[in-house]
Amino acid sequence: MQDFIQHLINGISLGSIYALIALGYTMVFGILQLINFAHSDVYMIGAFAAYYAARTLGIDKNPGVSTLVILLIAAMAACSLLGFTIERLAYRPLRKAPKLNILITAIGVSLFLQYSGQVVFGADPKVFPAVLEDSVLFTLLGVEFKSLDLAVLFVTLVMMVLLHLLIYHTKLGRAMRAVSTNMNVAAMMGVNTDRIISFTFVVGSALAGVGSVLVGMKYPKIDPLMGMMIGLKAFVAAVLGGIGNIAGAVLGALIMGLSEEMVVGYLSSTYRDALAFGILIVILIFRPAGLLGKGGVEKV
Amino acid sequence: MRQLLITILCTLPFLAGCTKKSSNEIVIGQYGSMTGSEATFGQSTDKGVRLAIDEANAAGGIKGKKIKLVTMDDQGKAEEAASVVTRLIEQEKVVALLGEVASSRSLAAAPIAQSKKVPMITPSSTNPKVTEVGDFVFRTCFIDPFQGTVMAKFATENLKAKKVAILRDVKSDYSVGLADFFTAKLKELGGEVIEDVSYSSGDVDFKAQLTKLKTKNPEAIFIPGYYTEVGLIARQARELGIKAPLLGGDGWDSPKLSEIGQKAIDGGYFSNHYSNETTDPVAVEFQKKFKAKYNEMPDGLSAAGYDAAKVLLKAIEQAPDLSGAAIRDQIAKITGHDGVTGKISINDKRNATKSAVVVQVEGQTNKFVTTVNP
Amino acid sequence: MKKPLLALIGLIFVGFLIDLSFDAFIQLTLIYVLINMILAMSLNLVSGFTGQFSLGHAGFMAAGAYASAFLSTIFPMNPGPMQFVYFLFYAIAGGAVAGLAGYLVGLPTLRLRGDYLAIVTLGFGEIIRVILLNTKTVGGARGMYGITGPTDFTLGSWTISKFLIGYAHAIFWVVACFVVIWRIIRSHHGRAFLSVREDEIAAEAMGIHTTQTKVRAFVLSSFFAGVAGSIFAHYANYLNPASFSFNRSVDAVIMVVLGGMGSLSGSLMAATIITILPEALRPLQEITGVDLRMVIYSLALILLMILRPKGLMGTKEVNEFWRKYVRKTS
Repeated sequence: MQDFIQHLINGISLGSIYALIALGYTMVFGILQLINFAHSDVYMIGAFAAYYAARTLGIDKNPGVSTLVILLIAAMAACSLLGFTIERLAYRPLRKAPKLNILITAIGVSLFLQYSGQVVFGADPKVFPAVLEDSVLFTLLGVEFKSLDLAVLFVTLVMMVLLHLLIYHTKLGRAMRAVSTNMNVAAMMGVNTDRIISFTFVVGSALAGVGSVLVGMKYPKIDPLMGMMIGLKAFVAAVLGGIGNIAGAVLGALIMGLSEEMVVGYLSSTYRDALAFGILIVILIFRPAGLLGKGGVEKV
Repeated sequence: MRQLLITILCTLPFLAGCTKKSSNEIVIGQYGSMTGSEATFGQSTDKGVRLAIDEANAAGGIKGKKIKLVTMDDQGKAEEAASVVTRLIEQEKVVALLGEVASSRSLAAAPIAQSKKVPMITPSSTNPKVTEVGDFVFRTCFIDPFQGTVMAKFATENLKAKKVAILRDVKSDYSVGLADFFTAKLKELGGEVIEDVSYSSGDVDFKAQLTKLKTKNPEAIFIPGYYTEVGLIARQARELGIKAPLLGGDGWDSPKLSEIGQKAIDGGYFSNHYSNETTDPVAVEFQKKFKAKYNEMPDGLSAAGYDAAKVLLKAIEQAPDLSGAAIRDQIAKITGHDGVTGKISINDKRNATKSAVVVQVEGQTNKFVTTVNP
Repeated sequence: MKKPLLALIGLIFVGFLIDLSFDAFIQLTLIYVLINMILAMSLNLVSGFTGQFSLGHAGFMAAGAYASAFLSTIFPMNPGPMQFVYFLFYAIAGGAVAGLAGYLVGLPTLRLRGDYLAIVTLGFGEIIRVILLNTKTVGGARGMYGITGPTDFTLGSWTISKFLIGYAHAIFWVVACFVVIWRIIRSHHGRAFLSVREDEIAAEAMGIHTTQTKVRAFVLSSFFAGVAGSIFAHYANYLNPASFSFNRSVDAVIMVVLGGMGSLSGSLMAATIITILPEALRPLQEITGVDLRMVIYSLALILLMILRPKGLMGTKEVNEFWRKYVRKTS
């Protein structure tokens, strides 16, 4: 029983990290129908931005809430800027091009960030500064609840609520939804679609920045290829929940985290990665638009 | 214009082959993962190798000739390793080859070196199969069975641990091989592997595996992986309240291990080539020179790369000419070479026989615990 | 393209000349180019002609490669003049296994659309890789080594080199793959593929069983991917699950898009460029001191996509350009 609860907590905390990254994927997909492969590398850049910020400001040795806030701002700023630049330089010229082209461009950007990361930062892993003191907050049924895990969960929830407010209760959010439903009609109604798309990239990338600091805090090892696997899994989570749907991304991420955890805990650890994809395939076969996704109506 | 550009690009590799090789240079080829997901291993090895080559050149080269090292990147892919080695042999006309870290890539490249009769020394491929490819393939490191034996003995005899759990990296042949030999030896010594779980290199979350191990209450946990993951594993193990000592192999050897693992990894034991509080003059000198050149402490792969390059240079110096066969014969004759990683003697299976030490992690120092002879 | 046999004989003769004049590195690169050509053409059938989006092509290549290598341990090759026949047999078997895998994957998943299909194929590719990684009989993470490959043999006073056998085998499949896809696209099956690409609903309305059509394209494509894997296995003599990662699937997609979706000659060109470009950039490393190859490669990719979004050839073939050119000048 105790280890079951422990697995449950591990799974939720892993899932909440997937969720933060999945949110970025799902937002961009919702608007552009583009799998933004570069998202996981934007996340990597965020981690390095926070790392260098902490070192230049000399706060890499004193953990605390203020450090967390500073690093979050640094990572979010760097990621937003990068997301904006990528959209402007690489994706915007291809707005009218076939989907596969934009996808290849996204892969190109992703490779570019990874390999130039290896040249600029070096390929060896770096140690992420201590951001928060990890302490046991309370013990329940013999299982310890750690401040880090709860902080990650808390920040994820806050981000999700903020995102929800942004999308459903502001003018900008309405414009975003309009663009995602039909770009041309939205443009006719006076929405500046280019600006909305830029804004979406900025917000999505900022979320990646938040994710990078939280992951760095929990798993303090960063390297230029750190985004690859976690990005892939987060993306799978987004698809699982119904890509383009914010609650779906979080739900999918939690399912991913929990199922990975339970597979290792009670079945086989060797097939962990395979089973994550297996679950995805089974779900997509029965619900082709993901768990919370709306099946599109086929128009002639 | 575009066609012109493409034509130029297409002919570049052929032109590269035409560059004139000056005759007062000895060209040594190195292949390794300089980019890609295992770049850090390739780059570490390269640093060690370069240090050795620079030293030799500073001392006036060999036979009055300068040594030129050509390093080519295989991106951590086996098929790239094969094509890069072919290129080094055919176009750069290297006299000998150094590489690779991963046995999987050495195994892809070794048959080519063998068929072209170019001697190859691998600094850190520990799988026994590598040198079985042929008589031109050597290594200057342990083989997995030896290291597995060392740690199995250490666990049962020194730690009195009978119930051991294993956490292996299923993506790394090194880790899988070491885990298998460890298991075999442990059973022979009356121990028992109570749980054998795995992860994939690149993972960051190991709590699922560790929670599973925790329920079995192991007396020790053997983690034959690389420092890149072990630091995180140790942290998460301690977070979950696992108190059992952690054991590992030479893949742990890096200053990064305790930087990442911090207090959690302290007290872990691993088998290694040398302890960094060693007073052996060769090792001390190496650490000093490495620090001076790169401004950081060497890791195990750098030391292994340095030794492999030294052994090769020694063989080239003693060889009557620069033919592959002549160098090969000299490598086979190396005995008692004073390397950083111990006294290296090449045996009839073209493997290095040298003693291993078991060290204990304590911050940045690896404290000497015991020596095990082959 | 009217006389494939003649083309084949001509190309084999070219191989004979290459054998005499170039070193083993260039020969090896050439074989890799041929393998990538098969891979790109086969993916083009699914992505370019049928409009389905697959990110798991490396998985089928792996299935074919491992099946063929494993088969060669059960039915060992006889290193004589008959070895060509053995390789043909291994390749067909490898292709068949990959085709079967394609069928199993395709049947349930090809109802999905666009990006969802991409993700599912990606997932299957990864699953195949993880299974191989955990199968001890094929070496697991260490890989499978010492796979029988072509060997030199003498025929009377002639010595036929190992390269020539490997080359002949590879070029045979390149020509076969090209001709088969070329002919199919111009048959009524091919028209069905194209109609699915252009408008699935309209195709269905015209009485085309779209899922079945897609599965057909998928199986044939997997078959050739498996063949490519088999050639790779026997020429490299070594297999490792890491060689069939997601990146290789992406490479295949890049070749198809770069060459032009729905252009076989474009695929051939793109496969050549994508294989040679990283090798061609190697001398740069000596000049700059740092390895910028992949940085330049990725930048080139982005620029090409922006500057030439339809790929090198669009949906056209080389001969169409040729015809236009001839018409203009005459």
